[in-house]
Amino acid sequence: MHTYPKVYLYKRVVHAKLYMDAHFSEAIDLDNISDEASFSKFHFIRLFKSIYGKTPHQYLTRVRIEHAKSWLQKGISARETCFRVGFDSVSSFTGLFKKHVRLSPSVYQEQHKQRQARIRNAPLQFIPNCFAEQKGWTQKRNFEEGC
Amino acid sequence: MITKVSHVSIYVLDQDSAQAFYVDKLGFKVHTDAPMGPGMRWLTVCPPEQPELEITLMPIEDGMVFKDGAAAQMREMVKKGTFGFGVFECDDLNATYEELKAKGVVFKKPPTKEFYGYEALFVDDSGNWFSLGEKKKA
Repeated sequence: MHTYPKVYLYKRVVHAKLYMDAHFSEAIDLDNISDEASFSKFHFIRLFKSIYGKTPHQYLTRVRIEHAKSWLQKGISARETCFRVGFDSVSSFTGLFKKHVRLSPSVYQEQHKQRQARIRNAPLQFIPNCFAEQKGWTQKRNFEEGC
Repeated sequence: MITKVSHVSIYVLDQDSAQAFYVDKLGFKVHTDAPMGPGMRWLTVCPPEQPELEITLMPIEDGMVFKDGAAAQMREMVKKGTFGFGVFECDDLNATYEELKAKGVVFKKPPTKEFYGYEALFVDDSGNWFSLGEKKKA
């Protein structure tokens, strides 16, 4: 078997990871990803797991869930989010989201909305007082109209 | 008894640019982004697997902290790379080095075996430098 220098192998695995980061919303599967890295499927899974501690499929799922959290934070509906991150079934997306985040997409979205409202209405609750004092923020009451 | 570190601050030249660097390039998450009036913002980010540690991206501005021209001096020092703010850890240094380089992160030192471990040094968009080490494999 041909042996490649270690740096070359790393570059190819990283290339595949960056491919997943960029194409997570498409219907990519392991064949696409291992082709992208020019590896056989099984060699690729083994190498990827040895570097990142998770299989390419587990990593892709994590990327999709993280992007889903971002879309939900921006107020996009759970249904629309599901399609934006590459799932075609709302129920399987919801199930997977719940498994990873321990909240349903709609509850996660609502909790984020409430936290953002608290930050807007009472930002000093989120800032250690020593920093707020240094900045002179403790003397102001309304940060939207103040300064 | 002190039990943990909850906040650390990094002085940055521009908060928007620092947010883009720490989030888009390093993969950190925004923890708290609170508008504090015109032109002011409390912005903290956290490493993806350490959500309880808030890293404050602190702009260097004239005011109560930096007085009498100290802000301009501080900005110059940050730009020159005077400050090293800490050590980050990753699972695999070679892979992380290749990934960050591909994303345009500037390294002062590639992964190098030192007597204390395996490390690389990179610079953020302001000029602050960090050591990047590898988690010891069990």
